[in-house]
Amino acid sequence: MSGSPAGREPLPTFAGTPPFPEAARTALADEQLRRNLRHATTTIRTKRGRAVAERPDWEALRLAGAAIKDDVIARWPELLTQLEANVTAAGGIVHWARDGAEANAIVAGIVRAAGATEVVKVKSMTTQEIELNEALAREGIEAWETDLAELIVQLGRDLPSHILVPAIHRNRDEIRDIFRAEMGAAGRPAPADLSNEPRELAEAARLHLREKFLRAKVAISGANFAIAETGTVMVVESEGNGRMCLTLPETLVTVMGIEKLLPTWRDLEVFLQLLPRSSTAERMNPYTSMWTGVTPGDGPQAFHLVLLDNGRTDVLLDEVGRQALRCIKCSACLNVCPVYERVGGRAYGSPYPGPIGAILTPQLRGIARHPVDEQTASLPYASSLCGACFEVCPVRIDIPEVLIQLRTQVVRQHGWRARTFGEEPVAMRALSTAFANPGRLDLAERVAGGAGRVVGRRGRIGRLPLPGLLGAWFRRRDLPAPARTSFRRWWRSRSSRGES
Amino acid sequence: MAEPLEPGRIVTGGAPGETARDAVLARIRAVAVPPPAAIPRDYLTSLSPDVDILERFAERVADYRALVHRATSGNLAATVAEALKGRGARSLVIPAGLPADWLIGLGPGIERQSDDPPLTYGQLDAIDAVITGCAVAIAETGTIVLDAGPGQGRRALSLLPDRHVCVVRAEQVVGEVAEALARLDPHRPLTWISGPSATSDIELDRVEGVHGPRNLDVVIVG
Repeated sequence: MSGSPAGREPLPTFAGTPPFPEAARTALADEQLRRNLRHATTTIRTKRGRAVAERPDWEALRLAGAAIKDDVIARWPELLTQLEANVTAAGGIVHWARDGAEANAIVAGIVRAAGATEVVKVKSMTTQEIELNEALAREGIEAWETDLAELIVQLGRDLPSHILVPAIHRNRDEIRDIFRAEMGAAGRPAPADLSNEPRELAEAARLHLREKFLRAKVAISGANFAIAETGTVMVVESEGNGRMCLTLPETLVTVMGIEKLLPTWRDLEVFLQLLPRSSTAERMNPYTSMWTGVTPGDGPQAFHLVLLDNGRTDVLLDEVGRQALRCIKCSACLNVCPVYERVGGRAYGSPYPGPIGAILTPQLRGIARHPVDEQTASLPYASSLCGACFEVCPVRIDIPEVLIQLRTQVVRQHGWRARTFGEEPVAMRALSTAFANPGRLDLAERVAGGAGRVVGRRGRIGRLPLPGLLGAWFRRRDLPAPARTSFRRWWRSRSSRGES
Repeated sequence: MAEPLEPGRIVTGGAPGETARDAVLARIRAVAVPPPAAIPRDYLTSLSPDVDILERFAERVADYRALVHRATSGNLAATVAEALKGRGARSLVIPAGLPADWLIGLGPGIERQSDDPPLTYGQLDAIDAVITGCAVAIAETGTIVLDAGPGQGRRALSLLPDRHVCVVRAEQVVGEVAEALARLDPHRPLTWISGPSATSDIELDRVEGVHGPRNLDVVIVG
């Protein structure tokens, strides 16, 4: 059947993911998933803390990173055309794509022109976003993922659950079973006596993929950064699968979101500090490859760069939301998010999970221009607004600020229907009604104060069987009990005693 | 080249004759985005003068579980020979322009191969080890950078063999990333290497060595 590299069941996609509360409920019931996630996020969080603490200038790097990225979108057309000119001058071919379908068609055309029926791929968020593998499969082209985690996800006919470590929901026993069952159909089989030791599993992947690297005619990658000033494109990685793909095949196709630009070569002195320490929590990732066009006698002799919009120019429309275009896909915000840690990545219904996904996906899907579907509209509610994501973001994206902005958009677009994916918009509207009228606020505070006297013995309000809006709010949270006297009552009693 | 490969020529939807390039640029130009007031660059671009740069480099490379050897110009050849022997290498590919005196300590047990004329990827894959110099090295991050210059060879040379011995001269080591960038030519293919190939994809358990050389020896001269 088309859609699968091994010619069997189709590969799953994120299409059809239910709205976040429902997807989260399913994920929360999976004990193994929660254990794996807790272990992963705690480990990376701790390591990142150490890697960042080592730089006394971390805040200065973040400020520089945010400003450089803001400069990119302020001068976007100029820098994009500069990049295009420099890549072309160095022997590369630049293509532009308005959306995923256009990009996929361009890539398929290049692969066919190279006479290839298979490609090797470097881990790339952008090609996941446009579902390139599925599009190539429909054209009869097999796309082999070569990052170890992506290989686990692909062989397991699974969906990724983390930007950096996509197979983090799988433990070593599951991975061994997937390798034993599936590697043979895709190429070199796993050894029959394969154990669950990570070292042995990595060795099995090395042998399985080596034959693919050596025979591949075409490789496909994303890009972490591209330098307008020089036309240089780069990929950071750990395993060496990226180097294999970027070096051995005759033809290289890089699909790059148009926001991945940096103005100057020098700007890398900021981003090569920010990215590895935020992402893998290392001083530097094991391998970074940089290339400018084509080098005779060294590496691919044909280089195609596909510049992809696919909703990025829609993100530009929202003055608050556009800071999401600074994102360098480090995944630090996932690892500190209490919501992500409990539900994992697949509940977000897109390759971009966690806090960044909650603000990026709705914007890429055009929330600034038109009403979005319910799953998309539920994403800005996938947060407790605790702010940890902003604290760790290497380019200072104020994710809580954007979440609130997007919630406003959702309420504007969906109105009362918003209660199907989160009660806050409804409660917030009630709150704004109360705040708009002093009499109503007074009444609301007295009701709340009364409720506090009834149930607030330990100073908390738990799950109250309240009807209507208040009940909807409390179904998902407990709160400190309100003060017995409202501020307005207290103020009036002060004033009447002449203390003002 | 076939029609779909010509840049900017693919047209789906939009105004008749409007290229994707025109469409994307027009969408961006429709929104005026104010530039940032300034780009503050108050971060560090060099190490404090009290830091012993070579010492820091050695320590940081070792943190990645690469093997670090300190040598002098007098015992460099012996150190290189020892590193290769320690890794059990029986064949070695030698990039063009590698100083011949680095190899005078090698015994007859190691078969030497030149990459001129270029070896096939299959041939390279069958060779145990590669020895290279580098373009620049960074103390703070324990990184070596190869730029395919003399004594380094094309990128495949330092990729397919499973053992990489890299000789770094003291004057090639800088403190910070910023200093390395200033020395590098972006128009050359660059490979930044910080330790051996590694993965943490299985339960975040770090394994050194997947596809790139699983063994990295760095010989610091000076």
